[in-house]
Amino acid sequence: METIMAIVIGLLFTAGTYLILSKSIIRIILGTSVISHGVHLLILTMGGLKKGGPPLLGSDTTSFTDALPQALVLTAIVINFAVTALFLVIGFRTYKVLGTDDTDKLRGIEDE
Amino acid sequence: MNNIVILPIIIPMITGLFLILFRRNIKLQFLLSLISLSLTGISAAYLAYQVKESGIQTVQVGGWSAPFGISMVADMFSMILVITTSVVAIAGILYASKSIEESRKRYFFYPFYLFLIVGVNGSFITGDIFNLFVCFEVMLIASYILISHGGTKIQLRETVKYVLVNIVSSALFLVGIAYLYAITGTLNMAHISMRIAEVGQDGLLTTVSIVFLVVFSMKAALFLFFWLPGSYSAPPTAVAAIFAALLTKVGIYAIFRMFTLVFYHEPHITHLIIGILGAITMIFGAIGAIAYWDLKKIIGYNVIIGVGFIIVGLASFTAVGLTGSIYYLVHDIIIKALLFLIIGTVITLTGTSNLKDISGLIRLHPSLGWMYFITALSLAGIPPLSGFLGKIFITEGSFEANLTWLGAIGLISSLMVLYSVIKIFLYGFLGETTISEEMEKGSTKGIMLPIAVLTFLTISLGLGGELLAPYVNIAVDSLLNPIQYIDAVIGGRN
Repeated sequence: METIMAIVIGLLFTAGTYLILSKSIIRIILGTSVISHGVHLLILTMGGLKKGGPPLLGSDTTSFTDALPQALVLTAIVINFAVTALFLVIGFRTYKVLGTDDTDKLRGIEDE
Repeated sequence: MNNIVILPIIIPMITGLFLILFRRNIKLQFLLSLISLSLTGISAAYLAYQVKESGIQTVQVGGWSAPFGISMVADMFSMILVITTSVVAIAGILYASKSIEESRKRYFFYPFYLFLIVGVNGSFITGDIFNLFVCFEVMLIASYILISHGGTKIQLRETVKYVLVNIVSSALFLVGIAYLYAITGTLNMAHISMRIAEVGQDGLLTTVSIVFLVVFSMKAALFLFFWLPGSYSAPPTAVAAIFAALLTKVGIYAIFRMFTLVFYHEPHITHLIIGILGAITMIFGAIGAIAYWDLKKIIGYNVIIGVGFIIVGLASFTAVGLTGSIYYLVHDIIIKALLFLIIGTVITLTGTSNLKDISGLIRLHPSLGWMYFITALSLAGIPPLSGFLGKIFITEGSFEANLTWLGAIGLISSLMVLYSVIKIFLYGFLGETTISEEMEKGSTKGIMLPIAVLTFLTISLGLGGELLAPYVNIAVDSLLNPIQYIDAVIGGRN
C-alpha cells in the first residue's frame, strides 16, 4: 500500500509542477493545489498507514494506528483551503485589474 | 509552567479580533493596537527577566506534558527577538497611522498588521515544529493581505509572485515535517533533538535537514532571494518596512533554531553549506545593491546582504560568531525598518524612486538627511553605532572557525553596503536642490517621530551594547548547549 501511495504522491507532484510552470494564473493556482494534495498524502503515508485498531481506551486490539498524522493533515488542509481561496481571489482580481491572466504579459505595467 | 509565555501571542491576537468590530473608528483602532503592542513588548521583557533569573520558561498548552502536547518555549534568544519585534512594530504602526490612506485603514489594516505580529511572535515562541508551520502560515496569510492591500496594479502582480513562492516553500516545509516525523516519530523540537542525539544524524537526516534549509532559505531570502526586491517594493512604506524588518528574520530564526537545536551533529556538512549559501547571498546582494539607481531596489538588495551576513555567524558555529549573529539580528531588525521608513519618506516627498531625479533634499529636510546619514553609517557598521558590534563578532567568529574566506566576503560586502547607501546620501541628499517646498508630493508632518525613535535606538544600541551583553550571553549559551532547551521542555522541571 505504501508503494502505491508513493507512486501516487510522485504523480501529484509531477502534475503540480507541470501546472505551476505554465503561464496562465489559474493553472498555476490549480498546480499549487495539486502539490498540496500530494503533500497531504505524503504526511499520511509517512505516519504509517493503517496498521491496527483505533487508538482508543478499552479496545481489544494490541496494535494501534498512529492518529497524529490525521490531525496534522486536517490542519494542513484547512490552511491550504484558506490559502487557495485567497490566491484565487488575488488571481481573479489581478485578471480584472491588469486585463490578462498570462504571466508573461504582466511585466512592464505603467505605474512602475 | 509559566502562563506568561503565551501572552506575546495572545495579546495581539485578541486585540486583532476585537478591532474588526470597530471598523469605522480608525482612531480607536490605532490606539488599541498601540496599547496591545506595548503590552506585548512589556510581557516579553518580563519574560526575558524571568529567563535570566530562573532559566528557560515553558508552557505546555492544555496541561499535556511535553512530547504529547504543544510546548511554548521562551528562551533568551526568542525573547530578545520578540522584544525587538514589538519595538519595531510600534514604530511601524506610528508611521502607518500617518501615512496609510484612510480608505485602506477602513479595510482592516490594523487587524491584519496585528495578525502579522501574532504569526511572527508565534514562530519565535513555539517549541513544536508543526506549530512552527502553522505560525508561519498565520504570518504569511497576513502578509499576503498586507502586500496586496489597496490593490494597485504593481501590488497585485507582486502578490501573485510572492504568494506562489511561499505556497511552494510551505509545501516543501510540510514535506520536511513528514520525513522528520517518519524518522523520529515526534514533532516536539526538543524531543526530535533527543531522538536524533540517540540514533545519530545519518545521511537521511542530513538530507532532511537540507530540505528544511531550502524551505527556510526561501522564506529568509538566503540565496533564494529572487522574489524579494520586487515584493518589498510594492506595498506602502510602513508595510514594506515591517516586512523588511521581520519576515526574513523569522526565516533566519528558524534556520538558527533547527541547526543549533536539532541538526547540530554534522556541522562540517550542513554548516558549511549554510556558509556557502551566505557567501553567495552576500555577493549577489552586493552586486544588486551597487548596480541599481532605483531607491527601492537598492534597499531591497541591502536586506539580502544583511541575511547573508547574519548567517555567517551560524556557519562559524562558535560562541563569538553566534554572539555576533544575535547582536546583528537585533541591529538588522531595527536598521532595516529605519532604512525603509526613511527611503519611503524620500519617495513620498519627491514622488519618484529614481535616484537620478532626486537631489539636494537635505536643504529642505536637514533632520531627515542627517538621520539617513546615521542610518547609512550604522548599516555599514561604523564603530559607535549598532552595526559595529555584530560585525566585529561575526567576523571574529568566522576567523576563529577557519572560515577566513567567509569573513573576508562579509567585510567586502559591508564596503559595498557603505558605497550603495552613501551613493543615496551623496546624490539624493547633498548637491543642488532641484525641487522647492511647493513641488513636493507629500510632507513629513507626523512621520518623523518613529524615524527619530529608531535612530535613537540604533545609536543607543551601539553605545550601550555592554548592557545587552549578559542577555546575549545567556542566549548564546542556550544555543550552544541544546540540552538546556531539552531539559526545560522535557525534563519535567516545571
